[in-house]
Amino acid sequence: MPGGDGPRGSVGDAVPRRQGRGEVSVHRYRDGVSVVELRGAVVLLGRFPALAGLDLSVDVGETVLLQGPNGAGKTTLLMLCAGLVRPADGEVRVLGHDLTVERREVRRRVALLRHGTGLYEDLTAAENIRFWARAAGLGESEATSRAASAVGLLGLDDRLLGRPVHALSAGQRRRTSLASLAVRRPDLWLLDEPHAGLDQVGRDAVDSLIRDAVSAGATVLVASHELERVRSLSPRVVTVAAGVVVRDSGRGGGTTRPACTPEAATGEAADA
Amino acid sequence: MTGRRDTTGSAGSRLLGVSALVGVAVLLLFAFVLTDPDVRVHPTTGEEFGQFDAVRLLYLHVPMAVLTYAAYILCAAASVGYLVRRTPWWDVTAYAAAEVGTVFCGLVLVTGSIWGRPVWNTWWEWGDVRLMTTLVLFLLFLGYLALRRTTVDPRHQARRAAVVALVAVLDIPLVNRSVEWWENRTLHQQSTLAELKIQDLTLFTLMLGFVVFGLVGAWLLLHRFRVGWLEQAAAEHGVAMAIAERHAELDMPDVDAAVGDAGDGP
Amino acid sequence: MREVFADALLIAAKDLRIEARSRVLVNQVAPFALLVLVLFGFALDADQRTLRTFAPGLLWVAVLLASLLAVQRSTSLEHADGAHTGLRLSGMAPSSVFLGKAAAVFVQLAVLEVLLVVGIVVLYGSTVEDPLLLVVSGLAAGVSVAATGTLYGALASGLGVRETLLPILLLPVLAPVLIGATRAFDDALGAAAVDGWAWLGLLVVFGLVATVLGALAHGALIED
Repeated sequence: MPGGDGPRGSVGDAVPRRQGRGEVSVHRYRDGVSVVELRGAVVLLGRFPALAGLDLSVDVGETVLLQGPNGAGKTTLLMLCAGLVRPADGEVRVLGHDLTVERREVRRRVALLRHGTGLYEDLTAAENIRFWARAAGLGESEATSRAASAVGLLGLDDRLLGRPVHALSAGQRRRTSLASLAVRRPDLWLLDEPHAGLDQVGRDAVDSLIRDAVSAGATVLVASHELERVRSLSPRVVTVAAGVVVRDSGRGGGTTRPACTPEAATGEAADA
Repeated sequence: MTGRRDTTGSAGSRLLGVSALVGVAVLLLFAFVLTDPDVRVHPTTGEEFGQFDAVRLLYLHVPMAVLTYAAYILCAAASVGYLVRRTPWWDVTAYAAAEVGTVFCGLVLVTGSIWGRPVWNTWWEWGDVRLMTTLVLFLLFLGYLALRRTTVDPRHQARRAAVVALVAVLDIPLVNRSVEWWENRTLHQQSTLAELKIQDLTLFTLMLGFVVFGLVGAWLLLHRFRVGWLEQAAAEHGVAMAIAERHAELDMPDVDAAVGDAGDGP
Repeated sequence: MREVFADALLIAAKDLRIEARSRVLVNQVAPFALLVLVLFGFALDADQRTLRTFAPGLLWVAVLLASLLAVQRSTSLEHADGAHTGLRLSGMAPSSVFLGKAAAVFVQLAVLEVLLVVGIVVLYGSTVEDPLLLVVSGLAAGVSVAATGTLYGALASGLGVRETLLPILLLPVLAPVLIGATRAFDDALGAAAVDGWAWLGLLVVFGLVATVLGALAHGALIED
């Protein structure tokens, strides 16, 4: 079960940082800082308790695989961590923010991949990526350069980029969605069944995105039924059922930590 | 609210209801039997004119109109209250007030139309300010009720409904202004209470009408509020049970199997 | 504040670019609006002189009905594939999203209005006597309808019944706009002896209130 082992600060304790939209913030974390801290989280969808008192604690740089039967609450858990739903009860902190009151601040720093594409069908892949980059607050040049690297990461060539999304295959759409998320350089990735319905190329692209995110120091939560695939990334496995966590393989499952420890860019010493 | 109830009645509300009922009976007696029809004699031709028996409807129509406006104002105020406070009490009040108001608004339009047929010689008159405004008001709140009755997360619904009520109330002055400028003739202004000999019995019956409909409105509002309140309480009580039920899912065989399949970490 | 307008511009540009690609307004909504004019022609079975008297009112009824389609389309763009979640995550202020989408709807309504004016000139024999009044009141009414429509589009979204709920919510609220715009057009088209400029004031007030209210309320509506 996730438990505290030793003193651990929360991100909120770190230097007050003005998180503008589009700014990279991952490297300002201190090691061993919790990104997600849920105790007894209850989320109601209408009258139904999708999460019924869930406990979960995730540190910076971890990769967590969420498993469990359908209807377990995995999607709701991801939505909660994204700051999109309001917790009805429990202690809920993500990226240092208390989600009962500060959901907006969290949203800018996460990337959520859901079942829909989140794209505009009639626009081209390139236009979509560009729109979402600008929407995240990036300036012209920044948007262009980040879009270029995201596109390279996900193997989207010019031929695909110039096509309207409705003319792309499911795998190509998924990769476009991921690219439009990657430009945000989020601190926390929330992926809901990212491999579902993809071909080999698509699945490889998802994996390389996850690896890239991890090496950049981001934290990744993946809800997936594709055990073998995600296991190759050596994550921690958390099993969710009936709105609670029923099994947790614990930390330290070989996650790669960033080589450079989160530096005190402005001089605050890390005193974890 | 008190605990378990089989009914939304209480000693207080029964008293209110009985007095309202008695009041209605008395009002009907006065309106339809004891008062005189409005018959006036033309000074020069000696003809009889006036509203005759139709005037009796006014004893119902006018108080109901006042009640409608009062209910809608209450709805608007409660909607603002909800947006500011976000507690269920405001939300339930707004819904109850809107329903009561809409019922009476419909009755106002119907009694007005029945009254208008003999007096204005028409069932309906476009261009009459009060008529048009009341009609639009009625439609606005039909929309409000339609929204209320869609099945959706109650919190979302409360917020959306509050916005609709607010916009509706802000819209009404604009509607009023626009119809007023539109055609200057307003039949309402022609034959109003001012024309009638409002004195003695007529005045008394009118005042009685206000009081009686006030009682009826209060009784309806009280009960409708209580129904809404009980629904809220049921919902909240349901959450704890729902959580317990959710936990019980863990013992179900298929969930158990799925969890078992999940396996352990690397 | 500048960020609000910059974001609104981004959203409006996106919506209009989508329209340019998908041509829904051009292929579906505009023909529908013209169709309404034609249906009135059939139903009223009147000569051109009578139709000319009613032309302003018929035009604005057609605009209102077509605006239902335009608003539905604007809202469904976001809900089709879950882009609205992305908008919430983006960090853009909800009022920016509102202003951007309302602006895009306004542009589309303006195009519709031009088309319908041409329509009534051709089909009903109307003549434009005061083009300035026509344009200004058309713009003011367009803003009013676009802002109110976008607000109610968001309000009715996320419910399975949006298509059937939107008309009963939106159209009664727009009654003053219908009255005001018709009277203003009555004057501008010489169909009746009315002071259209006085009505313009009402339209401008409505438009301003609707825009401000929409920008403020939009956040509360899409929030959780």
